[in-house]
Amino acid sequence: MAEFLTTPLGIFVLIFSQVLAIIAFVMISLLFLVWGDRKIWAAVQMRKGPNVVGAYGLLQSVADALKYVVKEVVIPAGSDKPLFVLAPMLAFVMSMLTWAVLPFNEGWVLADLNVAVLYVFAISGLEVYGVIIGGWASNSKYPFLGAMRSAAQMISYEVSIGLILIGIIISTGSLNFSDIVRAQDGNYGFFSWYWLPHFPMVILFFISALAETNRPPFDLPEAESELVAGYQVEYSATMFLLFMAGEYIAIFMMCALMSVLFFGGWLSPIPGLPDGVLWMFGKMVIFFFIFAMVKAITPRYRYDQLMRIGWKVFLPLSLAWVVFVAFMAHFGAFGGAYARWAVGG
Amino acid sequence: MAFDYVRATKYFLLFDYIKGFQLGFKYFFAPKPTLNYPHEKGYLSPRFRGEHALRRYPNGEERCIACKLCEAVCPAQAITIDAEPRDDGSRRTTRYDIDMTKCIYCGFCQEACPVDAIVEGPNFEFATENREELFYDKEKLLDNGDRWEAEIARNLEMDAPYR
Repeated sequence: MAEFLTTPLGIFVLIFSQVLAIIAFVMISLLFLVWGDRKIWAAVQMRKGPNVVGAYGLLQSVADALKYVVKEVVIPAGSDKPLFVLAPMLAFVMSMLTWAVLPFNEGWVLADLNVAVLYVFAISGLEVYGVIIGGWASNSKYPFLGAMRSAAQMISYEVSIGLILIGIIISTGSLNFSDIVRAQDGNYGFFSWYWLPHFPMVILFFISALAETNRPPFDLPEAESELVAGYQVEYSATMFLLFMAGEYIAIFMMCALMSVLFFGGWLSPIPGLPDGVLWMFGKMVIFFFIFAMVKAITPRYRYDQLMRIGWKVFLPLSLAWVVFVAFMAHFGAFGGAYARWAVGG
Repeated sequence: MAFDYVRATKYFLLFDYIKGFQLGFKYFFAPKPTLNYPHEKGYLSPRFRGEHALRRYPNGEERCIACKLCEAVCPAQAITIDAEPRDDGSRRTTRYDIDMTKCIYCGFCQEACPVDAIVEGPNFEFATENREELFYDKEKLLDNGDRWEAEIARNLEMDAPYR
């Protein structure tokens, strides 16, 4: 068996099964995340949320997904058909691709890229194309407005996400996610992770992640009170499902990035307890809970407010933080808290 | 204009969001007022005006004496009555139709009735698949009366002191 896995066919089978495992994990957790999202949202509004299909409504998402799949696909007569069909696939595939470089545990990573941070950044930059192409190909006013908004919004917040990532990269001395997690391993458990030295950036990253994934309070591309449903207006059935799934996968990816970049990935928060993949899942779920709570408690921002926060608050703050981190790292301040590569931690 | 340091500090510390999160969390565990409708049902007042019914006396004789007061008072003109003397000489309806699509559930028919024959019962779950099923005739109304008599009698008794 071990010999077979070194042959070209064996390597192909191995990688293919790993890919399938990751896709299965993401899709199954997606079903329960959508359910959890609706439950949390409902609970804050003193409703019960879905509770009919399956125990506690757990299978509601399965029923919804099946419904979307069996519905009729409507392609508007005036639309650009190839692009119209391509857009949701692009949105889904792009958000799925980022999972390839995410380490779930020590060595549990499909592609251990040296430039994983750049890769994720590039792919999530491409995600905006799904929205723009969808809005454009619909050949309709509201989708087009939604797409325009989305383009400006996602590009604005990518700038600050990029600068926040640079701070992490300076501290770690590597663009590899596994190295970033390993660099956070220390004697103090929870308190040796990056969230402490990079504290304000955790919140900035979280808010930018909300804007990057079009989550409330920054869901202006959809803004159902103004744009009906933004770029999704003309979409139905499986194509809508793909857009929806892509959005949630991107959100879950942002939860994973939060835990890898700032909260030590698979590392145990209490020194002495074993590290493991369950810590990673637990952290992702906790961040998703916060994502859902934010959706429940915040009103939608106005578009100029969104742009003002992005360019006048986040950009200067994160830029200043990069300078600060570079300074601290160069002089090895706080026992090398900002330069794990220098102290070998 | 002086710079508002308090407001600026609150803005940067995300004060409003922390407060909002606390409030959201409080309501997260609050008891939910939702009723699982088909399984759980809410309280209905004895005065609730639902689906119509024609009642009978305990001996099985129908109460309606075809005085047509309900037909006259009905503001939506949803009630149609034809009457003839029966073989025993008593005056009875030969036709008692209510167009439930016209009815506005005002309860005037119930108030006008001198013998408590036409009443609006507690049933509100009488949706149908087509319009024709909502044109109620005498048979349907008497049938409703037989089915809901227990609830209707109890409601009338509870409401009697206020009439």
